[in-house]
Amino acid sequence: MSIDWGLVAEWAIKSAISCFVLATGFAYMTYAERKVAALFQTRIGPNRAGPFGFLQPAADGIKLLFKEELIPAGADKFIFLLAPIITVIPALIILAVVPWGPIVDIPCCVITIPGLGTTLGQQIFIIHGLGITDSNVAVLYILSVASIAVYGIVLAGWSSDNKYAMLGGIRSSAQMISYELALGLSLVGPLMLAGSMSIKDIVDAQAKVWYIVLQPVAAVVFYIAALAEVNRAPFDMPEAEQELTAGYHTEYSGMKFSLFFMAEYIKMIGVSAIFVSLFLGGWRGPLADSVPLLGLVYFFGKIVLSLFFMIWLRSTHPRLRYDRLMAFGWKVMLPIALANVLVTAAALIDRTLFLIVVGVVIVIVAGVLVAQYWRAAQRLRARQAGRMATASAAATASAAPSSAAAAPAGVPEPR
Amino acid sequence: MLGELVKGFATTFREMFEEPVTVSYPDEKRPVAKRFKGRHELKRYDNGLEKCIGCSLCAAACPADAIFVEAAANTDAQRFSPGERYASTYEINMLRCIFCGYCEDACPTEAIVLESQYELAFTNRDSSIYTKDMLIVPVPPGGQPTPQKVEPGKFDKSIPEMKDPSD
Repeated sequence: MSIDWGLVAEWAIKSAISCFVLATGFAYMTYAERKVAALFQTRIGPNRAGPFGFLQPAADGIKLLFKEELIPAGADKFIFLLAPIITVIPALIILAVVPWGPIVDIPCCVITIPGLGTTLGQQIFIIHGLGITDSNVAVLYILSVASIAVYGIVLAGWSSDNKYAMLGGIRSSAQMISYELALGLSLVGPLMLAGSMSIKDIVDAQAKVWYIVLQPVAAVVFYIAALAEVNRAPFDMPEAEQELTAGYHTEYSGMKFSLFFMAEYIKMIGVSAIFVSLFLGGWRGPLADSVPLLGLVYFFGKIVLSLFFMIWLRSTHPRLRYDRLMAFGWKVMLPIALANVLVTAAALIDRTLFLIVVGVVIVIVAGVLVAQYWRAAQRLRARQAGRMATASAAATASAAPSSAAAAPAGVPEPR
Repeated sequence: MLGELVKGFATTFREMFEEPVTVSYPDEKRPVAKRFKGRHELKRYDNGLEKCIGCSLCAAACPADAIFVEAAANTDAQRFSPGERYASTYEINMLRCIFCGYCEDACPTEAIVLESQYELAFTNRDSSIYTKDMLIVPVPPGGQPTPQKVEPGKFDKSIPEMKDPSD
């Protein structure tokens, strides 16, 4: 078996470029977040470090590099050092299977080196298009890699020798695995429509119409589940816990802390890239096939839009309380994603079957809503009856003119 | 519920187009309030004589014991302030001062006044003692610098007659 060193070199170069782009993207994502959030809050963001504060991420990076690295005395040193690495690396490698652009026809850039017997530039420009690689189980790869990141968080919490960090880590990982189910199920929709797990094929199948039009429910479920996966507002209870008790990265400082931070933002960029590829047509757009690098421009433009929407969401909505977050994931997201899979499958098989399945789903949803409404109305009636009973009992029992015993009518009901 | 979500997003989106309320501090400064209590100043009369007569009522009034006053006698050949005494040493320890303004209230001649300067950072403890030459205002135009040589009997009254304070 002979290894084609040209291909290996190309992969290495493309992976290095991807990691570099992601790291720079992370740095400027923090800058963009501060500036855009400031814009939403009618103030200016950082504007002192460099023109318009453009070198702020560099200043932050240098500060974190020089910060003292503390390791708690009782911490398991090896795992303490390993946990941020386990969290960051899956974030970086998710983007490996996403196509960044179409196959471009630039013949000049295919270089044949007769001495080594290889041809450079083959991969980009002939085989896979602009992108690191492609796999025919790409979607499965993405889901499994996202699960490894959960492992890093639990280890971080556990190895900190701090019970609050441990609890924070467990809560965060519980949140992430709950929403991974909804994430996976919502991905099945576009998968079925395209007929392949390879993201390149899914992007190619969106030539006529983007999947957000055909699968709006799956798109919304995927976006929300992705936000919960990356611990991003309004699901950022693990981040906010630092204000309350502790979170999984309490005991971390300096470069290790910045690795966790990096993992979150790079995962944000990664899930935005996947959302764009699966639902917004990836690099597709008018004239993307003919003009050489326009596909890349469209891809990055759509990712920027998705990231802007994430920042907008963060500035608009308050955090979800942890129990509501879990209830939402299991009781709302999962059934909706499952229903979407059923409906899509039925639609792909047969029209009448599709209508029957849609009818069944509507009946079930209506039944659940009616049951909840009826139960709430019953509770309200019981409470009012109870209040009248105590009011009348108090009125007959006490003859005092101070009739403040009558319950105030406008008391808000606790949920 | 969806309508409320959209309303929420629209609210934040509209905020993007508002003018930012940030004041770029070292380049632009917000004007202070009218009776803002900043750094102290020892005032002078229009003819250049110092208002401070060294009575140390300010030192007595100061709750933080920040003011130190030593008085000396005025002569007509060397007159610093109207009346018999002037403050030969006047020091305020800015680390003790709480900027309450009691010294300003206690002063009978309206000599010590809290002005609007608030940028008072320093880097070593010794520079926190503000001496009289740091606190006294410059001679107003039309006045003479102190010590002045005056005719005897002209400036014997130490506390001026004050009309109703306008402020």
